[in-house]
Amino acid sequence: MSMYVRYIDRTRDYYLEKGYERSYQWAHFEDVPFTRLSKPLAESRVVLVSTSEIAERGSAEPEADGHQSAGGVYSIASHVPAEQLFSRTRSYDRGATTIDDVGSFYPTTGLHDAVASGRIGSLTTHFHGVYNTYSQRHTRERDCPEVLRRCREEGADVAILTSI
Amino acid sequence: MCHQTVSLVARHLEENGIATVVMAAARDIPEHVGVPRLLHSDFPLGSPCGEPHNGPQQKAILEYAFQLLEHAFVPRTIVQTPFKWSGGDDWKNLIFTEKKDFLPPEEEADWLKRKESYRQLKKEGKR
Repeated sequence: MSMYVRYIDRTRDYYLEKGYERSYQWAHFEDVPFTRLSKPLAESRVVLVSTSEIAERGSAEPEADGHQSAGGVYSIASHVPAEQLFSRTRSYDRGATTIDDVGSFYPTTGLHDAVASGRIGSLTTHFHGVYNTYSQRHTRERDCPEVLRRCREEGADVAILTSI
Repeated sequence: MCHQTVSLVARHLEENGIATVVMAAARDIPEHVGVPRLLHSDFPLGSPCGEPHNGPQQKAILEYAFQLLEHAFVPRTIVQTPFKWSGGDDWKNLIFTEKKDFLPPEEEADWLKRKESYRQLKKEGKR
């Protein structure tokens, strides 16, 4: 089996080659928090949090200030079916895959099926999206607490997080 | 960038009593940031939860995420799903290389514009 791609090294080399002078300093922590499940998954309320720029079909473009490089948090009702959702992202491997099947990066259908089968207890009323920003401080100090607030408001016990 | 954002959010939720699992196609970024539980599928960026239009595989990958939530007992637990990308591994040699631009030229120009606007706002103390 071939080794997985080391994106930190790969993107550094790629952008240096393109003439960008400074390489990005990725967040890094020695200590990692850990919370055990407080109850069985079959009794837990699950929230989905995604950075995939998921949006409802027909919805307005987000304002510039809440879009991409500025970060920000938004929510979408969890009952919206996958067929009514799409991703606005441009940052995926277009040479190898597509984003026309939401299930490949935003497992809302799978989560609803898991509730129906009793594998998980329930879902929060809303799922949450977080826009990326170069500012780790803004993500940590502004967006992370806002996601937590929204998760707590709807009693989430467990979070599934997906990137793209 | 989106792997870093999702990793920072996972850490914050976990610090505040919500158990998390990150499902990702890139392994090194969440690992570098440091997340409690990481489910890695060795797939191209864009498909962290399974191949497009492969419902059974997406379902199986989500079940791995559930099992990781249930069975991890220490932070930094990483599980790699057993699936191989059906189109082969050539994409690994192309992504972010001079052989293939990540963004088409017009989108890269737009990205640079946004990056510059962010720098400017930061300089003015608004970011």
